[in-house]
Amino acid sequence: MKGLSKDRLWSMAVLAPSIILVAVFVYGFIARSVYVSMTDWGNDPAQALALDPVIRFIGLANYQELFTGFLQGRFRQELVSTVFFTLFFILGCLGLGLGLALILDRNPRGEGLWRTIFLFPMSLSFIVTGTIWRWMLQPQGGVNQAPTLFGGQPATFPWLSSTDAIWKFDWNKLPLITASVVAVVLIVVAARAAQSGDRRRTLVAAVCAALLLGWALLVAPNLKLLPAPEPHGFNLALIGIIIAAVWQMSGYTMALYLAGLRGIPEELREAAKVDGAGDLGMYRHVIFPLLAPISLSAMIVLGHISLKIFDLVYAMAGPDNINTSVPALNMYLTSFRQNQFALGAAIGTILLILVAFVIVPYLTSQFRAEEGHA
Amino acid sequence: MTTTLPTKVAPAATPRKPLRPGRVLMYALLVLAALFFLVPVYLLFATALKSPEAIELATTWHWPTTLNWASFSDAWTKIGGNMLNSVFLAVVATLLSALLGSLNGYALSKWKFRGANTLFALMLFGMFIPYQAVLIPLFQFIKSLGLYGSIWGLILAHVVYGLPITTLIFRNFYADVPDALIEAATIDGAGFWQIYGRVIFPISIPGFVVVIIWQFTQVWNEFLFAATLTNTSSQPVTYALSQLAGGQAVSWNLPMAGAILAALPTLLVYILLGRYFVRGLLAGSVKG
Repeated sequence: MKGLSKDRLWSMAVLAPSIILVAVFVYGFIARSVYVSMTDWGNDPAQALALDPVIRFIGLANYQELFTGFLQGRFRQELVSTVFFTLFFILGCLGLGLGLALILDRNPRGEGLWRTIFLFPMSLSFIVTGTIWRWMLQPQGGVNQAPTLFGGQPATFPWLSSTDAIWKFDWNKLPLITASVVAVVLIVVAARAAQSGDRRRTLVAAVCAALLLGWALLVAPNLKLLPAPEPHGFNLALIGIIIAAVWQMSGYTMALYLAGLRGIPEELREAAKVDGAGDLGMYRHVIFPLLAPISLSAMIVLGHISLKIFDLVYAMAGPDNINTSVPALNMYLTSFRQNQFALGAAIGTILLILVAFVIVPYLTSQFRAEEGHA
Repeated sequence: MTTTLPTKVAPAATPRKPLRPGRVLMYALLVLAALFFLVPVYLLFATALKSPEAIELATTWHWPTTLNWASFSDAWTKIGGNMLNSVFLAVVATLLSALLGSLNGYALSKWKFRGANTLFALMLFGMFIPYQAVLIPLFQFIKSLGLYGSIWGLILAHVVYGLPITTLIFRNFYADVPDALIEAATIDGAGFWQIYGRVIFPISIPGFVVVIIWQFTQVWNEFLFAATLTNTSSQPVTYALSQLAGGQAVSWNLPMAGAILAALPTLLVYILLGRYFVRGLLAGSVKG
């Protein structure tokens, strides 16, 4: 569209304040956080809140402390917890959301009412959800008392206070495990690229996978992060929090899937039927492939929510329950309760890196596709 | 909403088909799912309406014999002031970020320049960052402005970090406005602002409804900024509720009543304007 240059200037002028604000508040502050994370600000409590604190640059020492320090076992458990939480939270939301959407797509009576019921938790805050579920999951109440309604014995599962963990592994094996997982992903990428005939991509992915595997097998076993074995696993106390999070967010995936299902043209279903596809065949070969992009964008959105979730944990299990804690909560406590700003900034930066792994490829692919079509 | 049923039965003239076993199973599953979503609500009300002495873990599930409405007034005295803080915060922050988002969306979609999409993608990243990664500089900045502990510092944070989503929703909304309309207006001699005031703004009402509902809900429900940037006089309701519920001595009717109060505004918005709420929800998932 051609416009007068004066109009163009106006459009720039309109955008400028927002651009400056975002540049400062997002990128400037991120840079500042990264810098703070490389200082010793707050490691000496006396200096933390001083008007003119003495702050020294100490490089990556805070990160080293988090991953290998004797005192930071809590953080390492939180990293493991957040991975398990994200995994089960996404699986739960996708599964329940898809199931509900498939049912609603068959036009039950009172569809609007059902939808309202499944979606209303979305409008609540995690603090409200957490407050409600904290009560539901009291050790001797709520869910555990439910069997008595049917004449049974009350259950005794310690929902938010369990100290048991499953799938434990030694933190020293982390480099080995991470490298192997990434290598497996790369092998899958290579296989897919080979299938679609992209030779360069196949080669690059395969070589990277081989290098990583070699490193994992030859170098990683000799790495010692900690002097003693430190087991971390999936704490059972997280289960209750995952249930509450799924309760709150699965309506979102339902809405996404339902919008997707409603967008599938009727002719496509008809055509599949003409081709002799049964109900199951139609879902498998026609509908589910069309829903795949929706699953992907839901995974991205849910993934970044789950990596930064902390208010739900705060409200449900309190700030001091190590078994349910997550890095996002630890960052808040470390920075604003213990005034260890540098360490807090380091946790915040690690969170950002985790989220960026999810978000950046997504945003780039979205906008590259769009610029291509424009 | 009017897709026909994918059944093997030819579309008959009768509006409802007889219930087949498949449909019975479908309704059973729906009821089961609805129970999962509604049982916490039952327990919420049952507990809020009990008197503190009547709350026993063994009788958690029983509906109170006498309704104790005092929980709500008690909860109000504890968090009512915070509710009012939240109202002020949410209204001001929502209106400001909606207005800015509308102008941004208009400039980005109707006055496209080279690199507009890249710029927008860079902006959008701000929507996804974990706020923990900017929290310390933000805290310092708000403090250096002298806004720490005032509701205005919180408003500033919400307006800035709300910009990506409001810009996104408006940009997608204006993308559906035909460019020919703008071109015709330019030929008639209208400039940037006239086109916004006479053409774009008047047709933006549905966009504004979506954005305002979405932002209001987000700002009302937010917790991290609320806990970091405010002090007792300016804390919004989410923080007050977390303190109310976290206390060990408090009997459970109080946090439950508080949760109902804190949830009421966004819940009402959702029930009354659910359609727009869902639209904001879908827009938030970045479809281009």
